[in-house]
Amino acid sequence: MATDISTAAPTSETPSAGRRRLPPELSILGVMIGMMLLFEVLGWIFVGQSFIANPLRLKIMILQEAEIGIIAVGVTQVIISGGIDLSSGSLVGLTAMVAASLAQTAGFTHAIYPSLTGLNPIFPVAAGLVCGLIVGFINGWLIAFTNIPPFIATLGMMVSARGVADWYTNGQPIGNLTDSFAAIGAGWWPVIIFLAVAFVFHIALRYTRYGKFTYAIGANPLAARVSGINVERHIVVIYMIAGLLSGLSGIVHTARAISGQAGVGVGFELDAIAAAVIGGTSLSGGVGRMTGTVIGAVILGVLTSGFTFLNVDAHYQEIIKGGVIVAAVVADQYRQRRRKGG
Amino acid sequence: MATISPSTAEIIRQSGAVPGAEYLLEVSNVRKTFPGVLALDDVSFRLKRGHVHALMGENGAGKSTLMKIIAGIYTPDSGSFKLKGQEIKLSSPLDALRYGIAMIHQELNLMNYMTVAENIWIRREPLNGFGFVRHDEMRKRTKALFERLDIPLDPETDVRDLSVANRQMVEIAKAVSYDSDILIMDEPTSALTEREVEHLFKIIRTLKAQDKGIVYITHKMNELFEIADEVSVFRDGRFVGEHAAADVTRDDIIRLMVGREITQMFPKETVPIGDVALSVRGLTLEGRFRDVSFDLRKGEILGFAGLVGSGRSNVAETLFGVTPATSGAIAIDGKEIAIKNPGMAMDAGMAFLTEDRKESGCFLLLDIMANMQMALLRHGYARAGFVKEREIEALCQQQKARLRVRTPDLEEPVLNLSGGNQQKVLIARWLMTRPRILILDEPTRGIDVGAKAEIHKLITELAGQGVAVMMISSEMPEVLGMSDRILVMHEGRMTGIVDRNDATQVKIMELASQ
Repeated sequence: MATDISTAAPTSETPSAGRRRLPPELSILGVMIGMMLLFEVLGWIFVGQSFIANPLRLKIMILQEAEIGIIAVGVTQVIISGGIDLSSGSLVGLTAMVAASLAQTAGFTHAIYPSLTGLNPIFPVAAGLVCGLIVGFINGWLIAFTNIPPFIATLGMMVSARGVADWYTNGQPIGNLTDSFAAIGAGWWPVIIFLAVAFVFHIALRYTRYGKFTYAIGANPLAARVSGINVERHIVVIYMIAGLLSGLSGIVHTARAISGQAGVGVGFELDAIAAAVIGGTSLSGGVGRMTGTVIGAVILGVLTSGFTFLNVDAHYQEIIKGGVIVAAVVADQYRQRRRKGG
Repeated sequence: MATISPSTAEIIRQSGAVPGAEYLLEVSNVRKTFPGVLALDDVSFRLKRGHVHALMGENGAGKSTLMKIIAGIYTPDSGSFKLKGQEIKLSSPLDALRYGIAMIHQELNLMNYMTVAENIWIRREPLNGFGFVRHDEMRKRTKALFERLDIPLDPETDVRDLSVANRQMVEIAKAVSYDSDILIMDEPTSALTEREVEHLFKIIRTLKAQDKGIVYITHKMNELFEIADEVSVFRDGRFVGEHAAADVTRDDIIRLMVGREITQMFPKETVPIGDVALSVRGLTLEGRFRDVSFDLRKGEILGFAGLVGSGRSNVAETLFGVTPATSGAIAIDGKEIAIKNPGMAMDAGMAFLTEDRKESGCFLLLDIMANMQMALLRHGYARAGFVKEREIEALCQQQKARLRVRTPDLEEPVLNLSGGNQQKVLIARWLMTRPRILILDEPTRGIDVGAKAEIHKLITELAGQGVAVMMISSEMPEVLGMSDRILVMHEGRMTGIVDRNDATQVKIMELASQ
């Protein structure tokens, strides 16, 4: 889009149409590379080996962030529209249960639905996604039509969805899943799924009407309404997409763990929000890019695996991670203030 | 003469000593500019002890600005202040309070979730030895204050449970509680019923008897003659004259308020007026306006005049479906249509430039192109959801050139543009939808003269192309200069439609301030 400016008939009134703006992701990309280099140096000093030149570690690092990343793709859109979604982590737990209950091996005597075993993996996947859509619809409907703040609506959903997940089997984990279902979480699949959804919604945000309206609603909901946008309907769609992606994340997680557990995904929503915010998405709405969120998710992964690599105590890891998130928001505020000032 | 400090003034006031100056307050040669606007130009004002001094003038004449300067909210660029003959300098509202100047704002400044007593004594709560608030004492003081002013309210009520009129009373009591010598009231009756106004006037008379000076801003002539001793008239940021209320008539005041020469030239052209494009009958939005009826023809510019708050913008919002009507009929090109949301209005060929650029117009964080295309996207320009970037960009470039938006490129965030250029971007947004009915709410507010003239020219051009234009404006010269007919509103009712040839400032002002 940015490059199209040169192909449009340049009028005499655009003296500096060629002025290039650097994409804002460059600075966080720099932070990411800097962080990796820092771990590389610290690695040679303290552990005596390379951080980067270790494919296995890189793979683990990316894999563990893929599930967060899939959620973050949805949450980024919610935040750009001026909202927030706290229910994603609980939704991962709920879809894990629903999907797992339909993915048990044929003939397993203690199956949740003994008559529905050995199904094609399409069924558990579809059930999980539908579950995500329904929860997202409820979130969106509450926010759009009852005027309660997104924080409250999704906080309520966060508690309720976890409750449903626990109720589903009285807290019992669901095991004996089919190999074909487990294959979804094997190898590089989670990463491929993450990058695929990130790409799809990157395109959607930048080149479709859906994306333009999302930014518009986040930047100024009243002006969006006066411009003829059906704000309420659009908000419902955005939260449904966020729910769908949380469901997808729950499916991937279940397939990877080859077991459905009601307690999984706790805190995922906050990591996903952190990835979006580190990636430059503004919590006040109207600003954000998918590429930034992908880098934000990778930064979280680099932090975790870097500290583990250096044998840093888990408590310290959390403390520093918290600091990085706050620093990202401070930097964002600073950028905004400078923009308003200049 | 040396200036005295706020704290000295406070001590003098509390000692009860009464310096013998005739004027409580003398303000001279005050000048105040805001970016791009000269709000007050060499204005002087005097307030006598025990008098009510009314301030009158059109919207934007400078009354409120002057009062905000006297209340310490704005700092003037130049000018001098004398309080009871002593030179003073105000640098904050708190200073003003300590000098004994209290202002009751038009928009109420109470904290809704606190009680009446807490609101009145905020920052001055009676404390016990441990620094805790003594609620019983606070209640007692409030009761005493209310008795003095004859206000029948319970000090323990939460402010959010009060009616607007009662909140107004609390504001007045609060101002009185500072034992101020000077009370400034900015349109205190705008939300009051007749009985409540009577009550307010009783309070004002009590205060007068206590030798306080009261500055009373109003648009209502009858109030002026009932309560005021003097009246000062303002026009376009200038002081026009001071008169004893008994010596002037209603017509005198109106003449003073509007008696300006129209120096500005408007590019108005007579164009053939076509068929009725928009027909409105008995349009009502409960609580805002009622029974508005008019026809708007192709090629016609229908001006909407009236004071701020008279319901003009509400009519526009209702026509465009932002706040759907509670009753009445709208017909477009002869076909009746119930407009329930802005999308429906747009589909019927309408466009609406809102009054408040920042609040309901711009997407400040987004770039120019995103801002321009947002309304257009409803009318297609997308294939399978994908926006036709090239075509839209070409349209945006075209609009940018046509409206002369001053920016290096279309990717500049709208935040960085001047008010005039932001307005042009918004106009471009609507022109791109090729509207047949264009509603403009204050199309040139707060923008510089050059951009103003360009926008006026554009409006004329559009009318020439057969677009039906409805233009709300608080600027009398603009309304008179641009409109074919002028609809005047007052307190939610239309008080008349005046033809261009019969329209004078006096006539419009009479209709607007019955």
